[in-house]
Formats: sequence, C-alpha cells, structure tokens
Amino acid sequence: MDILIQNLLNALQWGSFYALIALGYTLVYGVLLLINFAHGDVFMVGAYVAFFVATFFLGIVDLSPGLTLALTVPLTMLLTAGVGVTLERVAYRPLRRKGAHRLYVVITALMCGLMLENSNLALLGASRKKFPELLDKVIYTWGNVSVTNLKLIVILTAIAVFILLEFIVTRTKIGMAMRGISYDKFAIPLMGIPIDNVIVFTFVLGSGMAGLAGLLFAMSYPILEPYMGALIGWKAFIAAVVGGIGDIRGAFLGGFLLGFIEVGVVAIFPSTYRDLFAFSILLMILWIKPTGIFGVAKTTKI
Amino acid sequence: MQKYSFNFGIWGMALIIIALSQFGALDLYIQSVIMFIGINIILSSSLNVVNGYMGEFSCGHAGFMCVGAYVSSILSVIFFSQNAIFGAPILPPEFAIIGFPIVVIISGLVAGVTGLIVAIPSFKTRGDYLAIITIAANYMVISAIENVDVIGGSRGFMGMKRVVNAMTDVIDLPWMMIWVILGTYMSIWMIRRFVSSTYGKGIMAVSQDEVAAEIMSVNTNKMKMAAFMLSSGLAGIAGALFAHVLGYVNPQSFNIMKSTECLVMVYLGGMGSLGGSVLSAILFTVMLELLRFIIPAIDTGLHIINVLPDSYHLSQVWKWVLIPLTLILLMQFRPEGLMGNKELPKLFPGLKKFYKFK
Repeated sequence: MDILIQNLLNALQWGSFYALIALGYTLVYGVLLLINFAHGDVFMVGAYVAFFVATFFLGIVDLSPGLTLALTVPLTMLLTAGVGVTLERVAYRPLRRKGAHRLYVVITALMCGLMLENSNLALLGASRKKFPELLDKVIYTWGNVSVTNLKLIVILTAIAVFILLEFIVTRTKIGMAMRGISYDKFAIPLMGIPIDNVIVFTFVLGSGMAGLAGLLFAMSYPILEPYMGALIGWKAFIAAVVGGIGDIRGAFLGGFLLGFIEVGVVAIFPSTYRDLFAFSILLMILWIKPTGIFGVAKTTKI
Repeated sequence: MQKYSFNFGIWGMALIIIALSQFGALDLYIQSVIMFIGINIILSSSLNVVNGYMGEFSCGHAGFMCVGAYVSSILSVIFFSQNAIFGAPILPPEFAIIGFPIVVIISGLVAGVTGLIVAIPSFKTRGDYLAIITIAANYMVISAIENVDVIGGSRGFMGMKRVVNAMTDVIDLPWMMIWVILGTYMSIWMIRRFVSSTYGKGIMAVSQDEVAAEIMSVNTNKMKMAAFMLSSGLAGIAGALFAHVLGYVNPQSFNIMKSTECLVMVYLGGMGSLGGSVLSAILFTVMLELLRFIIPAIDTGLHIINVLPDSYHLSQVWKWVLIPLTLILLMQFRPEGLMGNKELPKLFPGLKKFYKFK
C-alpha cells in the first residue's frame, strides 16, 4: 500500500512536467493548428535560463536562496516567453503571412528545435551544469511514504497552471479570441480582432509555462544538459495528442496519464522497458480513438 | 542508341567508381563517402514515397532502417561468421557472396512488415496524428532492440566486417561498394516504377484528397499499406547496407536525429521528385563531409583575426546548427525544395533526348 502511494506521488510529479509542457503544445496547436516541435527545446532553454538567472542572483548579486527563487520564477518565465515569441516572429510568422503549407511550418519548427539544442551544445560545451539549491529540502513522512516539499510544489503548480489556463481560455476576452481563431482564421480579422497579437499572446503563455516547467525540472533533477528537452518534448507532445490535441483538459489528462504509465512500468518491469511500454500503450489508445481522448471527430467536406 | 545514353552513363559511372576503388585510386575515406551517398539516396528517395508522393508526414524513418540493420547483421553473422554468441557459422563463409544479397532482401522484407505498425493505424489517422505514430514507432523499435540482451542491447552489435572480409577472400573486389551501388540503382528503379504505376497514381490521389480518392474508387487503405511497406522496406535495405559498411550497429545511431536527416534530404530535394531526392542526398552528404574540414578552417581564421576568445574553439557541433538553418532558410524562400515536384527532364527538356522511360 505504501509503495503504491509512493509511486502514485512520483507519477503525479512526473506527470506534472509532461502536463505543463503538453499544455504549451496544445495552446499553440489549438490556435494555429501548428505542431510547435521546438517546444521541448523551449523547455530546455527555460531550464538553462533559470540556471543562469539563479547563479547570477546567488553568486554575483549574493542574495539569499529564497529571494533568488522569488526573482527567478517570473524572470525565467518572461525570458523563456521571449524566446518563444522570437521563434514565432522570426520563423513562423513570415511563413504564415505567405500562406505556406502547414507542413512547411512544422518542418521549420522541427529545425528550430534542433538549432536551439545544438547551438546550446556548441556555445556552452558538453559539460553538464549543476543547478544550485534554491529550496531547503523538507521531507514529510507518513509511515513509509515520504514527500519532499518540492514534489508537492510541482504538483500544485501544474494544477494551478491548468486552472489558470482554463480560466483564461474559457472566461476572458482574449481566450474567446483564441477560440475564435482556431474556429475560423479568415473571418476573425474581419471582426477587428488583432490576430497577430492574439497569436503572440498564445506563444507567451505556452513558452512561459515551458519556462516554469524547466525551472521546476531543474530544481527536481539538478543536472542540465542540452538534449534534455528533446525526449521529454516528444513525449509531452504525444501525451497532448493522446489527450486530444487542441484541448486543455486533454493535455493535462494526457500528461498525467503518460506519467502514470511510465512510473507504473518502471515499478513493475526493468526501467529499460519504459519507452517501449509507454509508446505501445499510447499507440493502442490512438488506434481505438484516433483523435485522442477529448478529441472531436472532424468531418471532411469535399 | 542516343535514348539509352543516360543508362549507359549511370552504369559507366558505377563501373568507373568500382574500378577506381579496386585499383586503389580512391582512398578508403572517399570510398566510404561514396557508399554513404548511396545509402542516403536510398533513404531519401524511399521517404519521398510517403512524405512527397503521398503527402503524409512520417518522421520515424530511421526506425525501419534500424530493423533492417539489425536483421541483416544478425543473419549474416549467424550464417557466415564465427561469433561468440551464435557460435560457428551455419554455412561456409565462402557463400557470403551469394548469401549477402539474400540477407539484405530478407531484412528489407522484415522492415517492410514492421512498416505495418505505422500503416495500419494510418488508415484512420492523417496529418499530425500520423507524425506521432511514426515517432512512436521509431522509439518503440529502438527501445525493443535495446532490451534484447542477446544482440548486445544498447552496447551495439558487431562482427559484420568478417562477413565482408569473407567476400573479399573469395574474389578480391570492393564488394560493399558493388552492393551499395546495386542497391541504390535497384531501389531508385523500383520507386520509379512504383510511382508511375497505377499504385503511384493512387498514392498521388491520396495526397491530393483522400476522401475524394476513396469516392473515386481508389482503395486508399491498400495504397497506404503499399506505400508504407515499400518505403520502410527500402529503408530496411539501406539500414542493412549501412550496417555492413560500418561493421557496427548501435540502436542509438538510428534515433530521431537520423530520421531528421532523412527529412532534411527529402525537403531539400523537393517533395515528390525522385531526381530531387537523389540530388539532395548527394549534396547533403558532401556538405556534411566538407563541413568536417571547413569548420576547423573557419576556426583558425577567426582566431587569427581575434574574433573569438582563445579558450573557445568552433566544434563539429556547429554542423548541426548550420544544417537546420539551411532548411529554415529554404522553407522561407523556396519551400518546395530544389526541384519542387518536378523531375529533371521537365526542368531541362533537352535531356529527353538522352533519356527513355516507358
């Protein structure tokens, strides 16, 4: 029983990262119908930005760890959002203006991701970075179940972000504009809605979440390397698809589902089987429900 | 006679390459570059069947290459060479010359059957969802192979060099070069035949509009299955050749990066253009190899004019910054690729005199 609860908590933490990244994928996809393949690497950039900001405040300005954390969170989110918006400005927007085929935008996104991770490797070298301790570790134990405060923070953050995004998308004016763009990209500008600003806002939201996920990830697993975003990004994307891409609830659910599957597989089988089982189960789900759990079947008109 | 000059040119070039490598005029490095060009031609043209002609977005091509590489390696080691795990060879190693092409074809067939993993879910899904399935398939293949400890798991698998050496012991020819050239020629021929057949027309119909094609009595499921299986089977053949050229396979050398290389080649050459695939594979491989020498040269140049700090050196990683950058720029300014859905004779009508294709 204790092992079960322990694994459940681990799965919740692991799923939180997936959910946070998958939310970014889903937001961008829901508005633009574009798979932003660079998103996983934006998450990696977020972790690195957090590292540099944290070391700057800790080392050079010499602040206390708690204050550093309070400054690092908003700064990381802002700077990572800046990276995401830059990508949109430089790579995606010109293509969108030309009315290029969606596939070309997807390939551009894939290449941007590769550029991010490899330029990181080329500039900073292959040596791994050690993330500084920002939070005093507090361990709560009930019986044999132990939870660190960080784990609780990660899980609560994911839930809070989900509620916030759900609120923004369903209850605010800009969320209505987002849903409008995903419904009909051509009629919305005619209604006087600044389509580019809404898209930039979408990227700000998604990349900011990725930055937050990067910071939390770096705090939980304090070793940074340039390729950390690639695999997690792919998996989070698949989680978003299984949930039904373009749907926030779906991304959240899919992320946690993937976390549960992975931790469950590792608990029972050797850990090398993780990818095999996770992807096989996801393929099964997609086979039964091709548009994901919350996905709506689209009809094609000729 | 004039109509066949293109074919004569191709075969003449192949013979010249083989002769030069036989008499030591080409050093081993150039030879290996030529072999990788051939393998990359197979990869890019086979991915073009799905991504170009059928208009799907498959990005797990290296997974099938991995299947082909492993199946062929294991078979050839079991049959033709002494190995610590599999023991003595089943057949005498002299049979390797006859056996090797059979092994390659079998590995292609197995990879083609593996392509069903992708093909069957693709009946219902299209576009973005198919991208997921292919990525997942790639990961699944790699993960499955890493978990089989008999064939080395994540440590990799070797012993294919002995098989190649057994061939040269019988008749002293650059055998791998011959097989790669033959494989390249055959796969191009096969794809050319395939896309100009009724099946090819069906696949182009699927790429235009799947629902309309279904209504016009194109059996889209059958077409998709054929295209995926042909594409992954040829990728398996490329993998088999790759494994024997290198003499060592490792599951991680067939990860998403390798798939991305294939994608870069297809979109650089142009979707739905075989000539484009061939050209871009040649260009891409040569570019990769040239960057190996150009990057250090740039590095020393920049150090001489004191742009870079002394502690920092440009590494080979910059290669992988430049290649995506090329493709991004290509997508901005010429998204249809070098050839853009056309074949060479269409771009240069003068070539038709030297080129006959029924």
